[in-house]
Amino acid sequence: MKSARVGLIVGACATLLAIVLPFIGLHIPWILPGVVDVVNSTGTLDVLALCFVFAGVALGYDVMFGYTGLLSLGVVMHFAAGVYVFDIALTDWHWPVFSALLLTAAVALFLGLVVGAVSLRVSGIAFTMVTLAFAQAFYFLIEDNPHGLTGGDDGLSLLSNRLPAFLSGAVSNTRNLYWVALGFLVVTGVVVWVVTESSTGHVFVAIRDNEQRVEVLGLRPFGFKLAAYTVSSLIASGGGVVYVLLIGTAVPSAVATTTLTLSIVIMVVLGGAASRWGAVAGGILYIYLQQYLVKVAAEPTFASLPAVLRVPLSQPQFLLGALFILFVLFVPGGLAGALLRIRLARARHKTIETTSS
Amino acid sequence: MSVILSLAFSGIALGAIYFLAASGLSLIYGLMDILNFAHGMFMTLGAYAGWDVASHLPISWGGVWLLVVEIVVSIVGGALAAAITELVLIRPLYGRPLAQVLVTIGLDLAVVALLLGGFGSNSLTLPVPLWTIEASRFGKVILPHADFIAIVAGLIVVVVLEWFLRRTRYGITIRAGVENREMVSALGIDVGRAFTLVFVIGGAMAGLAGLLYSVVFSGDLVSPLQGDSLLIFAFIVVVIGGLGSIRGSAVAGLIVGLVQDFANYYLGTHSGLAEFGNLSVVLLLAVVLEWRPRGLFGRTL
Repeated sequence: MKSARVGLIVGACATLLAIVLPFIGLHIPWILPGVVDVVNSTGTLDVLALCFVFAGVALGYDVMFGYTGLLSLGVVMHFAAGVYVFDIALTDWHWPVFSALLLTAAVALFLGLVVGAVSLRVSGIAFTMVTLAFAQAFYFLIEDNPHGLTGGDDGLSLLSNRLPAFLSGAVSNTRNLYWVALGFLVVTGVVVWVVTESSTGHVFVAIRDNEQRVEVLGLRPFGFKLAAYTVSSLIASGGGVVYVLLIGTAVPSAVATTTLTLSIVIMVVLGGAASRWGAVAGGILYIYLQQYLVKVAAEPTFASLPAVLRVPLSQPQFLLGALFILFVLFVPGGLAGALLRIRLARARHKTIETTSS
Repeated sequence: MSVILSLAFSGIALGAIYFLAASGLSLIYGLMDILNFAHGMFMTLGAYAGWDVASHLPISWGGVWLLVVEIVVSIVGGALAAAITELVLIRPLYGRPLAQVLVTIGLDLAVVALLLGGFGSNSLTLPVPLWTIEASRFGKVILPHADFIAIVAGLIVVVVLEWFLRRTRYGITIRAGVENREMVSALGIDVGRAFTLVFVIGGAMAGLAGLLYSVVFSGDLVSPLQGDSLLIFAFIVVVIGGLGSIRGSAVAGLIVGLVQDFANYYLGTHSGLAEFGNLSVVLLLAVVLEWRPRGLFGRTL
């Protein structure tokens, strides 16, 4: 009970700090991902906003993966659906923002329910593979450029004249976009908290632990699994909308590949699955490292390194993959698991001290 | 008619490559419950190993031996990568199937990134003997030689694999393990050794599949991402065929290869349907699963 309150306070403080961050002009050398070493520089705020988007998507994915035990590899399809439906409605059809959002929400709900229902006909590894196949099919569809809607491999830039002035892509709006991304993460956090604390959420966990037992208790797991799948995919689509606002363009190789799905899985596992803040921390850490390593690799001193070092170090994906392997091997439960172990060890230490004195 | 025969021929060649990739995946899953994402990397590494050795050979090596060397190197390369993966990363995680899957995901991402960094994202050209690019004409039907290589390789592997699994001691241990792993270890047989063995066999076949895919279907080009795109189709073949079944992989490989080839030819030329061959495979998967959730030859999941 006490740790839940501490968690809530830490979360609230972190959110407050994140809200006021764009006003902090602090100069911090080395660690910032932007080119300029100032906290509220455009580069750093852009990266942080991207961190928030993927932290939210990872947290939504955790509802399905961590809490319900469904290893879906189709999450990127729902993310890309959010990106593309919103982009197409605004750019190709010149719809107003509100209608575009409504359409995106409707498509996201439809896709989540239908693809979820079809994929959940099978379970275990077959489910994983079917979701992967669906996501790949979606990738092919986008790449194909049906009716000239998606722009194929070249992508589709978001036409900004339909957007309200405070969001329309210009540099001066970095701050606003940052707050939008933060808002998405906070809303996602609240939704996931409410869902996992509800009785439905407890059934999710029960299904993960023992599906047969849930069935014996008279509940039909299918409906609950579909609910978990749909919540996750809705959040992913929402993340897609914020992503395209932020980046301003949709390219299949950036928003719809299996590599991105695997990155989202990695974020959740790095942070710690089914631990509420783990996925958020993992998502922020992953995107931060990815962008920061790109910055480091672009430093002029970096080019003077011998090729044996330079080549692997210039590939963020290599370093992140290696870090991930080390985490899976040596840090089960990710960051959240590690913190829990430290806390338990300290508590045990304390009890030993009090009993011995 | 001649078009249909040509298409069938190249569809079977594609099916043979899918079989090579999928049967290893299927064995690994059947025995160890691991969905091996590193399989795509084994394929890519096999192709790169073949490219690396072949490009260091003197120019005078232009004939059949060039191809033989490439094939042998790709098989050895794939097997070696798989052996190291199993011994270093999978072995410490026995009893944690999810962690094993995750480790193969991380490995695949890391190695592909390393290849991208080392060789660049552009495709490399694999030196091949001239006759693999040529084709023979039988009446009106034109059959590319490269397709023959894939089909012959597929047939040899089917025969050898079936012989190995049915007639040798290790093969029978593997089959028994796929059937019921607990029983096999209860009988005092070292299943751990069988684990390494299926990885090596799967890796060898994957390396060969990666090289043949370059020779037969991508115009002798080798690229860091080829294994991963092949892997997704291999997964589909495994699910359609039924997890753990070699025969299922062979049949499903052929079906998927043929469907993809015909759909690409007849529908891919229409605008907006260029990827229909690939989409048709996913549709096929959905249909098969609606009809038989365990795949064509599948056991209980």
